[in-house]
Amino acid sequence: MKYYDKLVFELSREGRTGYSLPANPYPAAPEVPSALRRGVPLRLPEVSEPDVVRHYTNLSQMNFGVDTGFYPLGSCTMKYNPKINEEMAGLAGFAGLHPLMHAGLTKGANKVYQEMNKALAAITGMYTFTFDPCAGAHGELTGLMIMRQYHMNRGDFKRAKVIVPDSAHGTNPASAAVCGLEVVEVKSLENGRIDVEALKPLLTDEVAGIMMTNPNTLGLFETEIKTIAQLVHGIGGLLYYDGANMNPLMGMVRPGDMGFDIMHLNLHKTFSTPHGGGGPGSGPVGVSQRLEDCIPDLRVSGFHGNFGVILRAYAYILSLGRQHLRKVGQYSVLSANYIKECLKDLYKLPIEGVCKHEFVFDGLINDGAHDDVPGATTLDVAKRLLDYGFHAPTIYFPLLFHQALMIEPTETESKETIDAFIDAMRKIAAEAARDPEILHGAPHNTPISRPDETTAARNPILKYQEN
Amino acid sequence: MAELPYLPHTESDIRAMLDRIGVQKLEDLYSDVPSEFLKKGAYALPDALSEQEIRDYFASLEAMNARLKVFVGAGAYDHYTPAVIPYLCSRSEFLTAYTPYQCEISQGTLRYIFEYQSMICELTGMDVSNASMYDGPTAAAEAMKMAIACTRKKTRVLLSKGLLPHVIKVVETYAKFHGVEIGYVPVMEGQTCINCLKAELAKDDVAGVIVPSVNRYGIIEDHSGFADAVHERKAVLIEYCDPSALAVVKTPGEWDADIAVGDGQSLGLPLCYGGPYVGFMAVKKEHMRKMPGRIVGQTVDKEGRRAFVLTLQAREQHIKREKATSNICSNESLMALWVTIYLSLMGPEGLREVNRLSSDGAHYLYGELLKTGQFEEVFPGKPFLKEFVLKPKQFPGRMQKRLEEAGFFAALDTEEGYVSFCVTEKRTKAEIDRLVQVIKEG
Repeated sequence: MKYYDKLVFELSREGRTGYSLPANPYPAAPEVPSALRRGVPLRLPEVSEPDVVRHYTNLSQMNFGVDTGFYPLGSCTMKYNPKINEEMAGLAGFAGLHPLMHAGLTKGANKVYQEMNKALAAITGMYTFTFDPCAGAHGELTGLMIMRQYHMNRGDFKRAKVIVPDSAHGTNPASAAVCGLEVVEVKSLENGRIDVEALKPLLTDEVAGIMMTNPNTLGLFETEIKTIAQLVHGIGGLLYYDGANMNPLMGMVRPGDMGFDIMHLNLHKTFSTPHGGGGPGSGPVGVSQRLEDCIPDLRVSGFHGNFGVILRAYAYILSLGRQHLRKVGQYSVLSANYIKECLKDLYKLPIEGVCKHEFVFDGLINDGAHDDVPGATTLDVAKRLLDYGFHAPTIYFPLLFHQALMIEPTETESKETIDAFIDAMRKIAAEAARDPEILHGAPHNTPISRPDETTAARNPILKYQEN
Repeated sequence: MAELPYLPHTESDIRAMLDRIGVQKLEDLYSDVPSEFLKKGAYALPDALSEQEIRDYFASLEAMNARLKVFVGAGAYDHYTPAVIPYLCSRSEFLTAYTPYQCEISQGTLRYIFEYQSMICELTGMDVSNASMYDGPTAAAEAMKMAIACTRKKTRVLLSKGLLPHVIKVVETYAKFHGVEIGYVPVMEGQTCINCLKAELAKDDVAGVIVPSVNRYGIIEDHSGFADAVHERKAVLIEYCDPSALAVVKTPGEWDADIAVGDGQSLGLPLCYGGPYVGFMAVKKEHMRKMPGRIVGQTVDKEGRRAFVLTLQAREQHIKREKATSNICSNESLMALWVTIYLSLMGPEGLREVNRLSSDGAHYLYGELLKTGQFEEVFPGKPFLKEFVLKPKQFPGRMQKRLEEAGFFAALDTEEGYVSFCVTEKRTKAEIDRLVQVIKEG
């Protein structure tokens, strides 16, 4: 990657243009009255088309993507994004549909939604889905709205609490707060699972439900799920499933069968649609049959959700079919366990045993600390991995371990790629043991290195300013 | 059954990995799952399709949709997309990248978000923009929450009835669960009524007011005196805008608004049946730390090179959990890139020209439709750009059907019994003349 230091504003020259529009055949409309007219200059860049193409191409070359290399990124399932899906989503007969066209004009789109609904219901064991949410956290919020609506429809207005495990994704408690729910945290046991004994006293008639992901964020299956479901249902509460960790269950286990009443899926994780540098995503929400009536009361996005993303995910599901679905779950789990076994002699594995699609190390066993040289941290390991051509794992999450390093390989990486990653992780551990300073200074081979984030937050520069 | 080309595992790879783990077979990796939860039997899914079969199947789905010339806006506008945009946005370094948490290998994403923020500030006349929201309506809902967070002991947010219906519905849904009371400000003679607004504000429980810059009837609203009235009661003024129109109409900054929100879709995003679009939000500097979503800031790296990072993250869910300003995580980053490239290509003059072509076309259509004698004016003399409503003299169902048969999506019904039309630069004069002819032949 080559450092490139321009902003598009700096390429601007007065009078240059990058557009071509048809000649105006109409008589001139009345001017916008001066009191309503823009009175301040519009300082957008004035650049030619070749300027624009070269600028953004240069910018792109400072980026890492799934097509560039391996993302061992826990909690975010960065699998390969199939190219045929892009082409299908771009078809003019889909891209040209206005969202307010009536159903008689959009029969193909309606069929996509219907068939997606059936397919996701089959994969998850839920009854029906709404496709309006535009991302995972948006799905969580929608799911919690459904949870509250369910209780309100029964005339039960006192359920204003939701239980969230201490290992949960940050979006879980944040979504609960946006939905007007009070968060009650339940602790995890030494073995990384929810403490059922600690859960019991929290279960009162003020509890709307519990949010879980299974496997949890440590990549461990919640083995007591049956008991938890019985307990929560026993007090009239509902179980919410955070679908961020659905990948290992593909073709093997269905949230609906485990007793979950509501769930979301991240189509931009489990169903292969590209992450786009942080969206667009899609977070469809599935419910069990008794909650079906709670969906129509809600309007959480402008029209029909991110249709373009749904099209891509549907093409992916058609390529999996019933024959290949199980391989997704199984191979993702195989790769994760393989990496864990190959590295646990050098990195601290806080909880032994088989993992699902991801697992968490708690830093290096030997961080190389000596005399007054501090040891190599998880941040150092992550930054050094960039030098070796890999994206970093998710770090310092979950919050249960101080040096958390969360690795998820996905099913689309080959054994050679995984072995090369293991080799890099072993070299880094050896470097740390020998001289942690190599890691403190990393990355060394990237366009920039360790920017000053403190100053960025203290004296924020958040838009372009002409010198 | 078709093969799946996305899985590189060979039999011998699988064997070697299982051996290293110390288990016999793949199923053993699920030994921690209670057996009653392991799915037995086949999934109710179709057979796996090959790439060619997927292509054929999607072609058949696509063919079931109507292909119409779009003369409707109402929150989704059929503006032209220059070829450069999809070309650049499909570069895998942008498309397949993760959220830019690892700034050293994400400077491409971070730089375009910084440019996007700069352009949104420029269009709106505001100080600070975030990195994007899901869409316009959810951005308005977030602004509603922010108004509550920015004010003290205020529980109500007012919505102008001139806002687009889908914006009102989404804000209402969020408000219901967030515990915010919603009040409404009526529209009088095509314009949010300032005296009604003042009467509501006098109750002293209002945290914020959301008003449309260009309203659901396409009329450019006059917000003289709005900010003073709102600020006098220590509430915040939120402007909901069409960003394309901001090239020519008074900006939220000029109206002294506190928050500007809207949908970036009108900046060259395909209609795509409603998404992905991109919501935007920009605020005055004093509200910066209450803003939801990601923000990119400029700094230097350890060698002194200009660098860009995600900043002010102490507002966000991954740090603050339930105390965060919002739950938003993934947003619409790639669509923000789309908008950034669009605005780079169009520049100030291109964007003004898009408005001129659209507005001239819309006014031409307006005049031609009146000449047919089948419509009455609803808001005579009120200024509009690309969109307007008329009152049909007869029940419009038959006309709409004939328009569809002739290849047009036009004359959308509104709640008030009007029909709405929109013209963008993509529509030609010949199309307009043909549309009017179809109506004449009634």
